[in-house]
Formats: sequence, C-alpha cells, structure tokens
Amino acid sequence: MVDISTSPTSALAPFSEAPLIKAVGLRKVFPPTKRGGEPFTAVDGIDFELRRGEVFGFLGPNGAGKSSTMRMIGCVSPMTGGDLTILGMDPRVDSSRIKARLGVVPQEDSLDMELRVRENLLIYGRYFGLKRAEIAARTAELLEFVQLSDRAESPVEPLSGGMKRRLTIARSLINSPEILILDEPTTGLDPQARHVVWDRLFRLKQAGTTLILTTHYMDEAEQLCDRLVVMDHGRIAAEGSPRELIERYSTREVLEIRFAPDGADRKAAAASLAALIGTGERGAVERIEELPDRILLYSDDGEASLAAVHGSGTVPVASLVRRSSLEDVFLHLTGRTLVD
Amino acid sequence: MSAVTAAPPMAVRELRGLLTNYRRTWRGSIISSVLGPLMSLVALGMSLGKIVDAGPGAHTFGTVDGRPVKYLLFLAPALMANAGMQTAIGESTYPVLSSMKWQRTFHASIASPMGSFDVFVGRLLFIGFRVLMNCGIFLAVMALFGAVRAAGPAGLGPVLAVPAAVLTGLAFAAPVVAWAVTQDRDTGFSVLFRFVMIPLFLFSGTFFPLSQLPVVLQPVAYATPLWHGVDLCRGLALGTATTGSVLLHLAYLTAVIGAAVWYGSRTFRRKLNP
Repeated sequence: MVDISTSPTSALAPFSEAPLIKAVGLRKVFPPTKRGGEPFTAVDGIDFELRRGEVFGFLGPNGAGKSSTMRMIGCVSPMTGGDLTILGMDPRVDSSRIKARLGVVPQEDSLDMELRVRENLLIYGRYFGLKRAEIAARTAELLEFVQLSDRAESPVEPLSGGMKRRLTIARSLINSPEILILDEPTTGLDPQARHVVWDRLFRLKQAGTTLILTTHYMDEAEQLCDRLVVMDHGRIAAEGSPRELIERYSTREVLEIRFAPDGADRKAAAASLAALIGTGERGAVERIEELPDRILLYSDDGEASLAAVHGSGTVPVASLVRRSSLEDVFLHLTGRTLVD
Repeated sequence: MSAVTAAPPMAVRELRGLLTNYRRTWRGSIISSVLGPLMSLVALGMSLGKIVDAGPGAHTFGTVDGRPVKYLLFLAPALMANAGMQTAIGESTYPVLSSMKWQRTFHASIASPMGSFDVFVGRLLFIGFRVLMNCGIFLAVMALFGAVRAAGPAGLGPVLAVPAAVLTGLAFAAPVVAWAVTQDRDTGFSVLFRFVMIPLFLFSGTFFPLSQLPVVLQPVAYATPLWHGVDLCRGLALGTATTGSVLLHLAYLTAVIGAAVWYGSRTFRRKLNP
C-alpha cells in the first residue's frame, strides 16, 4: 500500500472545527486592459466555506470566475474586496506561509520540459525548502501513486497529456499539502486519461485529503464532489451536494423526444404538450424545454410521461428516458447560450 | 516546519531550481562560451591588432609604463565586458519568455512559497552566475593568447575585470528581464539585438577610444552602461584605472541595476499577480 497521506487531515474531523477556507463577499475586479476601457468584474461577491476532508467543487461555464477564485485562494492574485481566510491566515499578509501548505494543479501545465520526471519533483520540493532525502522518499511514493514510477528518468517533453497531468498532480503533493487546489484537472484529456485522473483524485479523497476543484464537466463534479457551487457571471447561482442540486433544480427523470429537423412537427407538439404541465396525474410534467431538434420534458416518471405524450396524439421520431443529471441543473441555472 | 525555517531565502530557491535545470543544458552553451572569445581574439585582437600596432594610430590606445598599449591588450578586456552584456541579454530574453509563456515555470514557482519578486531576483542571480562563468572562460582564453598582463593591486587587475564584467552584465540583465516578462511575442527581441546591442558593441569604446567618435555622439556613448563597463574592465585589466573613475563606474552601474530592479518588481507583480 502506497502512503499517499498528505497532511494531518482526517475525514472524520468534527464539523465544529473552523473551516479551512472562508470567503465572505469575495470580489475580484480587473482594471481596464485599454485606456478608457471598462474594469472587468470576474468575481462579484461570493461566500463559501471549505471544510476539512471534503471535496468542494466550483462548477460553471467559461468566464464564470472559477479560475479567478482559485488564483485568489492560491495567493497569486490579490483580492479586490471582501474577506478571505485560508488556514486561519490572511492571504494579503501571509501568502508565503499559506502557500507552503497548499498544493496547486494549474489549468495549463507548467512543468520544466528540459528536466526529467524525477527532477521536476526535486526542484519543486526544493522550492518548499524540503531536504533532498525527504524529497527522494516522497518522490518514490508519489510516482508510484500516479503510476509513473517506470518513467522517473524520462524527459518530460515526450510524455502524453495524461501523463503530464498526473506528474503535475504528483508535483502538487510534494509538500504534503493540507488543501489541494485543482483548476480544471481533466480538461483536454482523452476519456481513458480522464478516468485515470479521476481514480487518483478519488483515492486522495478517500485518504482524507481536502480537495477544491473547478470543472465544467458535470460527470466530474458528480463523481468527485461532496459539495459544490454553480458559478455564473462571477456570482454563486446555487450551492449544495450534487444530489441536492438535482432535487432542487431538476426532476428525477428527463424525457427527450426528437422530431424531424424541419421543425413543423416540433412546434405543433410543443403547443399540445404544454397541457401536460402540472396536471397532478401520473406522468405529469414539471417543465418543458424546446430545443431546435427536440423537446425535453422534466418529469418524475419519464415512462409515464412518454405514455401521456403518445396519448396526446404526438408522434416523435425517437424518444429517450434518462435520469436527471447535474448537467440539467447547470443548463437550467446558467442557460444554454454559448459563452465564448 | 523546522525544515522550512532552516531553508534558504526564497530567491536562492529559484536560483537553485535554475541551476538544476542548467546542469541538464550546459553542454549546449559552453561551446559558444569558449568559441566566442576565441574567434574574436584571433580575428580582431591578433590579426587586426598586428596591423594596428604597426600603423600610425598605435599611440591612440594609451600608454602603460611609458610604452603604447598593444591593441590586443586594449581590446581584450573591453570584449570581456561585451561578453558580459551579450551573455546577460541572451539569458534575459528567450529564456524569460519561455518561463513566462511557453513552459510557464514562473507560474509553478509562484504557487510555491516564493513570490514574483523572489522569482525575478532568483533569475538575476542565475544570470549573474552565467555571466561570471562566461567571463571567467573569457579571462582564461585571454591568458592563452597572451592578452593578460599583471597589473593593478597585487597584479590581479585582469582578475578584477571579471566581477566588473558581471556587474556590467547585470546592468543589462535587470532592465531586459524586467521588460521581457511583459512581452507576448519574441519579435521585440530581434529589435533589441539589432538596434541596441549591436550599436552598443560598436560605439561604446570597445574598438577605439571614444575621443575618436564625432563630438555630438560622445555624450550619448558616455551615458550607456556598456561604456562604463568597458572603461572599468579595461582600467582594471591594464592597471590604468583611478579610484575616482572606478567609483564613478561602480556607482553608475549599481544605480542602473537598482532602478531596473524596482521597475522589474512592478512588471513581475503585474504579470504574475494580476
């Protein structure tokens, strides 16, 4: 069994304990990039708490303010307003002492391509003032943990994207951090590589490491997060466990019915299906959403709703009943408009 | 925690990281460190020097012990100061842009207990080391060609020229690193090489005394950090420096470094801690 313990953390820590991170009215405003331009508010007054041993997620579309929040927590971007306490300290005065106890997996890789895998961990451990012997022992454990032991002496450059990500995760753990911050840890990885990363993060979670992560993958948030907030336009739109959020903002099931692309059938169907909303009968629909090629019916019993659809005389080209997911919550809260 | 309190200052941690990296990459740089001085001393100092020493201008390069200074001896310490500048500018441009944009190692450094100013100072310390190395090699090549004569205090004047060249290098490294970190592309670098480095190389008193320049250009040349470095290295190597001139040059170069470090602390913070 590899020792991947990170810090004196315990999943069983009492809830009465002070939160590891506490933000109140946290704001980040960037000055105008051009003379006479408008300042940009990236984070617009958010409140959250991170408790020891939990996995806390920030979910949101691009530009929602997730990365700006992570950078403030990582003490590399000064906050504009509000209060932020990390491990009981103020990042404005104690950034170096806070950073000594954090691990950071940035969105873009920042490995030293001219060095070997092992050397990347060596120089990073030295940044934290660790002794060589200590780093060597920890490097062996961490490379084992991220399944790179046999690549210890390879140059970094030719490693695959997934391997580089795993090396970055190993590097972020070199100082046995009390909080591990991951900014979109699996963006850009292929499905196999993503699952390996998830598996490693899940094991860290089981070992009691406190994780804080951003993602725009719903399945990632559902798999890993105990609690999460949905961010949109710099604000927190909702907060809770994945299950709670689905219960609060969606229905148990979703019925998707598909129509021919010309749209005539779909428009007629949407009009007649509106009668199914809130009937109180089995198969009643809570909400209907019309998309270009299909109609989504949010319902607690998708099969019964499908029967009701057929009963109303509507004949879709295809239909699908599925369980509601965080994606439905997310799209409900942040809208379907493409954010560029 | 005790390991952390016993650890070296933050900027030294960045320096150590860069030295670890350099242990992997030094082989590529060492060839130009040796070939550079070798070629310039053979071509300019020895070959051209023979003609100059035999010609009517032989007396223009000053005198030591009542005899005219040979062109090779006049030129070599100035080329060392130039090597300091060129090494410093080389290390301050592409490698800095790479750490900022391409490999993003600056971002990795500041996620550790180091801050952006530590990363900046650590980089300057590393460049100081590289200049020291190249100028040390330069001195060895000079000795090989007989371009070193015992002079100055305890005859160690030529050796003192090496730290003077390091100071000269840092007077370029500090402003160039401070500026390079703000660059989005490398296009500005070729402008710097062509329109700053080459003119300084040609017009800062390396090849001829500044008195040979057109009068209008002389004040410009006197204001450049390279002239101060050239005059300091040459004065120390030949033993012709006066206390006053040494202090003036040291003060000027130190002031340039100080101002650039202040400027760089701002550019690094703006780029790394937005």
